[in-house]
Amino acid sequence: MIPVALLPTLLQHTQEDFWFPTQAARDASLVDELYYFIFYVSLFAFIAIVLATAIFAVKFRRSKVGLVPEDSPHHSTSIEIVWSVIPSLFMVAMFWYGFQDFVATKQIPDNAYEIQVKAKKWDWKFVYPEGVESFGGNIDMNDGGEGMVVPLGRTISVRMESADVLHSFSIPNFRVKMDVVPGRYTYLWFIPTELGEYPLYCTEYCGTRHSRMLGKVVVKSEEDYAVWLEDQVIDLATLPPAEAGFEVWKKNGCAACHSTAGVNGIGPFLNNRYGTTETLTDGTSVTVDDNYIRESILDPNVKVVAGFSPVMTSFAGQLNDDEISYLIAYLKSLNE
Amino acid sequence: MPSTNTLDRTNYLNATKGFMSWFWTIDHKRLGLMYLWSVIACFILGGFYAMKIRLTLSGDVDFATQTAEQMNAYNNAFTVHGAVMIFLVIIPSIPAALGNFVVPLMLGTKDVAFPKLNRFSYHLWIIGAVLFVATLFIGNLDTGWTFYPPYSTGHTDPSVITAVLGAFILGFSSIFTGLNFIVTIHKMRPPEMTWFKMPLFLWAIYATALIQILATPVIGISLLLILVEKTMQIGIFTPELGGDPVFFQHLFWFYSHPAVYIMILPGMGVMSELIATFCRKSIFGYKSIALASIAIAIFSFIVWGHHMFVSGQSELMSVIFSALTFSVAVPSAIKVFNWIATMYKGSIAFTTPMLYGMSIIWLFGIGGLTGLFLATLGTDVYFHDTYFVVAHFHYVMVGSALFGFLGGIFYWWPKMYGVVVDNMASKIACLLAFVGFNMTFMPQFIGGSKGMPRRYAAYGESAGFDGYNEASTLGSMVLMTGLVLALGSLLVSLKNGKKSPANPWGGVTLEWQTPSPPPEHNFEIDPPVVGDPYDMTLVEWKGEEEGFLPVNPRADAPCVADVKPSA
Repeated sequence: MIPVALLPTLLQHTQEDFWFPTQAARDASLVDELYYFIFYVSLFAFIAIVLATAIFAVKFRRSKVGLVPEDSPHHSTSIEIVWSVIPSLFMVAMFWYGFQDFVATKQIPDNAYEIQVKAKKWDWKFVYPEGVESFGGNIDMNDGGEGMVVPLGRTISVRMESADVLHSFSIPNFRVKMDVVPGRYTYLWFIPTELGEYPLYCTEYCGTRHSRMLGKVVVKSEEDYAVWLEDQVIDLATLPPAEAGFEVWKKNGCAACHSTAGVNGIGPFLNNRYGTTETLTDGTSVTVDDNYIRESILDPNVKVVAGFSPVMTSFAGQLNDDEISYLIAYLKSLNE
Repeated sequence: MPSTNTLDRTNYLNATKGFMSWFWTIDHKRLGLMYLWSVIACFILGGFYAMKIRLTLSGDVDFATQTAEQMNAYNNAFTVHGAVMIFLVIIPSIPAALGNFVVPLMLGTKDVAFPKLNRFSYHLWIIGAVLFVATLFIGNLDTGWTFYPPYSTGHTDPSVITAVLGAFILGFSSIFTGLNFIVTIHKMRPPEMTWFKMPLFLWAIYATALIQILATPVIGISLLLILVEKTMQIGIFTPELGGDPVFFQHLFWFYSHPAVYIMILPGMGVMSELIATFCRKSIFGYKSIALASIAIAIFSFIVWGHHMFVSGQSELMSVIFSALTFSVAVPSAIKVFNWIATMYKGSIAFTTPMLYGMSIIWLFGIGGLTGLFLATLGTDVYFHDTYFVVAHFHYVMVGSALFGFLGGIFYWWPKMYGVVVDNMASKIACLLAFVGFNMTFMPQFIGGSKGMPRRYAAYGESAGFDGYNEASTLGSMVLMTGLVLALGSLLVSLKNGKKSPANPWGGVTLEWQTPSPPPEHNFEIDPPVVGDPYDMTLVEWKGEEEGFLPVNPRADAPCVADVKPSA
C-alpha cells in the first residue's frame, strides 16, 4: 500500500488515473484525497471479509468437518464491542474530513468573479459581468456554442437559475456539482488551474433531451480571456441582417430544438422553411412569413405545426424588435 | 399456479381446487405463493426494461442520430424499470411473498392475525399493479421513479396520474401487510417463544413492518400532492404556482430512504436463517443481530437528507444528515461480522440457498462499503447522480435484497411445493448470476467516478464512457442467463423435483416441524415443540428420505415421519 505521507503529492494528478478524470481546479484534489482515504479503509475491510469467508468456507466445509461441528461460543461481548467501536472510529474520521471539505468548498470568497448560468430545457447559457453571453459548446453536439469561458487562476463563482425544471450543473474535472432549482438561486465556485476544455453535464433528469443538455468549460489564460471577451462584443447593427440573426440564433440557444440541417427535433427544422405552407395542429394551415415567425417567437404555442407539442417558451421581453428582424433575415437566408 | 405434485395426503396446495379457491383464499400460504408468482411476473417485466436500457446504452442508438422518440423511449425504459422493480418487485418480494408464507409457520400458528385483511392487501396490490402496468399503455411515463416536480407536474404527459395512483394503492397494501405482521408477531407467538427466542427472520420482518406502517403514509400523501398540483394547478411544489420543488424531495425521501430498509432488512433476515442452518451452528451474536434490525429501522428515519446534498437544502442540514447517516452503517456492519463469525467452526454445506447467502456477504460488503463514499459530504457532492450511485444501490437492492429473495425462495421451496431444488443447474445459475452481476455493476463504479451521469439516453464519443457501457451490457447478459436458469430449475422441479421430507436442511425453526408442503392449517400438532431457534442439537439427520427429525419429539405428537410424502 502507498505510504500515507506520500498521498497528497501522488494525488495531484493532471493525468487521468484509474478512477478519476484529470484535476483542473484547485480543490479537486480534496475530493480525490478523501476518496482514496475511504477507498483504502474499505478495501482493507473488504479483503478481510472475503478472506475470512473464503478461509472458513474451505476449512469448515461439511464434507471435512462432518455434520456436527465442534463446540464454539455463540457470542462474545468483547469481540462484538471491538468490531463495533473500531469501524465507528473510522466513520467518525470519514464524516469529519468530508465535513471539513464540504464547508471549505461551500464558502464563496468575496473577490470572486461571478458568471451567471441560466439553465432551461435543454441548454446552458452563460452571462459574464461584462455583458457578454455564450452557450453550450459540447464537442459531439456541434452546437456552435463556445461554452463557458473562464480565466485561469481566477476565483470564479457561478450563480445559477432555471427557467423551468430542476437541472444540475456538473463539471467532473473541477469536482463541482450543484442543482439548479427553479424559483431560487444556487451557487458554486472554483479556481481553474489547468488550461483546456472540460465537459459540462446536466446531472438532474430534466426530460427528453436531458442527455443533450451538455456544454463545455474552456479555461483560457488571462490574456486570451481578455481577447475573447473583446471579440464577443458584437455590434449587431454593423453586420448584414442575416449574420446578425445568426448571432441572435446562437445566443438564444435556438439550435437546442430547431435544426438547420433538415432534421426534426423537439421543434421543426427551419432551413428551407421560409415561404412554405404548414398544416397546424388544429387542421388549418399557415404560410411561414415574417408575421408568422414573429408570432411564433413571441407567442409560440398559439399556432403549432402539426406533429409537434406546444412546449416552446415565449421570448417576449428577451428579444427586441431589431433582434427579431435579424432572426427573420437569418431564417430567410437558410432557403436554398 | 397450483403445484402439479400429486401427494397422497391432503395439503394446502390440493385441499381445494379451482380459481376462486386461490383468488378468494384467506390462507396465508396461498396468498404468499400468489404474491410470489405475481412478483416474479413483475420481475420479468422490469428485467425486460433493464435489458432495453443496457442495449440502448451499448450502442444500439448512435448519439448523433438519436431521435426525440428514441430518447423518450429510453427515458420511459429507465422510469418503468425503476418503478416496477422498486414498487412491484423488491418491496413486496420478501415481506409479502416469503413473509406471508413463512411468518405464521415460524410462529407455529394457523394464520396471520387478520387473514381477511391479508387477502385485501393482496387484492389492493393487484389493483395497484394493474394501474402501474396500464400506465405503460396509456402514455410515456418518463419522470424517473422519483416523480420530481416541477417536471412531473407541469412538463410531462398525464400517465403520471395513473402511475401515482398505482403507487398510492400499493402503499396501502404494504401498510396493511405490515400491520398484520406486527399484530401477528405480538399476539400469536407460542407462550414459550419469548422475544429473544424468536427466529431472526421474524425480527427482520417485524422491523420492516414498523417502517412500512410509519413511513408509507408519507409517500402516499406526497404522491397525492403531486396529483393535486398536476390536476388542479394548486401550487405546492412548482415555483410559478408558489410552491417549492425541494420540499417534495424532503417528503419523497422521508419515505424512500426508510423504504431502502424495507427492501434490505428482510434480505438480512433470510440471510440469518440461511447462515445458521447451513453452518449447523447457533447464529453468532443473536441479540446484537436482532437489536441491529430494530436500530436500523429507527435510524432509517433520520437520514433521508443524504439524498439531497446538492439539492439546495441548507448546508447545516447536509452536515447533520451526513453525520446521522453513518449511524446506520454501524448496525449493518455488525450483522455482516456476526454472519462471518457464525461460519467459524461451523459445518458449512454449500447448498443452493447457501450459495446465495455467501454471495450476499460479499455483495452487501461492496454495497455497504461504497455507501461510505456517499455518506461523506466531500465525496458525495462529486458522486451524486453519477453511475457510482447507480452501482452502489444495485449492489444493495439486487446483490443483497434480490439475492436474499432468491436464497429464501430456494430455502423455503421444499416447504412451499414439497420438492428440493439443490442440483448442479441451480448452483450454476447462482454462480452465473453472481459473476454476471459483478460484471454488470463493477464497470459502473468506474464510469461513475469518471463522472458518467445517470439517466442519459446516450453519451457522445468524446465523453469516453462507451467501454464501461459495453462491459456492463455484456455482464447483464450473463446475469440474465443465470436468473433464467434459476427460474427454470424451480419450474422444472414442479414437474419432477426430488420429494422433500419435512425438514430437508436441518432448520430448527418451527416451519420445519410440519410436513412439506404443510397441511391446510399448518400443523397437525398444536402447538409444535418450541425451543431455542438455533440450537442445532434439537434435530438430527435420519437419512435422505426422512431428512432431519427432532431428537425429542413430544410424546403426544404424531411424529412427522408418519406423514412422510409418498415416493
